[in-house]
Amino acid sequence: MALGSVVAAVTALALLILIRFLYVVLWSGKLLHGKSQKTYSTLVILGSGGHTAEMLNLLSVLQKERFAPRFYVAAATDIMSLQKARVLEDSLVDVAGVSSGETAKYMQIYRSREVGQSYITSVWTTLVATTHALYIMIQLRPEVILCNGPGTCIPLCIIAFLFKVLGIRWSSIFYVESIARVRRLSLSGLLLYKLRVADQFFVQWPQLHRKYPQAVYVGCLM
Amino acid sequence: MGDAEDGVGPKRTVFVTVGTTCFDALVRAVDTREVQQELSARGYTDLVIQMGRGTYAPKKSNGEDGSLVVDYFTFSPSIVDYLRSASLVISHAGSGSIFETLRLGKPLIVVVNEDLMDNHQTELAEELAERKHLYCARPQALYKTIADMDVESLLPYVSGDAAPVAKHINRFLGFPDD
Repeated sequence: MALGSVVAAVTALALLILIRFLYVVLWSGKLLHGKSQKTYSTLVILGSGGHTAEMLNLLSVLQKERFAPRFYVAAATDIMSLQKARVLEDSLVDVAGVSSGETAKYMQIYRSREVGQSYITSVWTTLVATTHALYIMIQLRPEVILCNGPGTCIPLCIIAFLFKVLGIRWSSIFYVESIARVRRLSLSGLLLYKLRVADQFFVQWPQLHRKYPQAVYVGCLM
Repeated sequence: MGDAEDGVGPKRTVFVTVGTTCFDALVRAVDTREVQQELSARGYTDLVIQMGRGTYAPKKSNGEDGSLVVDYFTFSPSIVDYLRSASLVISHAGSGSIFETLRLGKPLIVVVNEDLMDNHQTELAEELAERKHLYCARPQALYKTIADMDVESLLPYVSGDAAPVAKHINRFLGFPDD
């Protein structure tokens, strides 16, 4: 009797989560027509090296007043990226006269996989990185996420997706596959594409667009 | 650039860069007699190597015997100055170095690091080589690429544009085009 009601309750809960999950999957990738706010709090994930260069290139053409406040996250081992973001933010203060340097936040996060690290040990490091990512995401709860790989963005994006399922925060996730990927998606890109976590998935080469038709082809950023 | 030293002729520098990586295979390759002879034969006078996190230190040379002047360093905050003063750049396949060099309009040979686990970097170098913006080589065959290359035939790279992505993102969020 008691067992029966527990099973029923668990089934009902699982069903609810499933329905919500399907709702999120269905609504992700849909335009936010008519819902347009004035500003969106934006999480910018800097992936180091060429990834960071591409992301800052994108940021330089986005209307800053629409994407504010801005939070920057980079891997703990990457000292250059946040510095570069700071330089960009500081240059904004000069031009617009608005002190965006004060509202912008810069954070470091443990990386799930270093270049060259084996896939086996990355399981453990991914776990640590995920916990840290959860802490950061609870603090920030961004409405827009801009990312372009590598692995640093995966835990953050998956948490953002779970926040959508659980109704904690609805966010729009934009992923731009790196210009270095001409014929095959990166591991991060493939994950976000297949799991449909990214609301919009951009590729920079026509070869990739032919292979992954749901991606949006935007030409080279660099 | 172009200033004659000891009346020998203009200084033509080859700049080798591995970025923040460890790429001893490339440093070793440019340290070989074959590569340096081909560079001399092509009229280059100086070789500056940025060796990054690598452990293999190349031989320095002051070029007294008529060979290349060779110098190296690990890192520099002003890589762009080295790129600017170079007549030829030999780079690892990182997209940052590639596009920085192309933007400056310098002839470029990209050398692919075959020791990386996930060797996706060949994709970009090969694609841009196919479009004739640069030459793509392996460390062992670098001397051959230098011997065969024709830098005049390389096409200038027109920088890309992030505006289309920004447009898509704005539309998605319901912002008007402007």
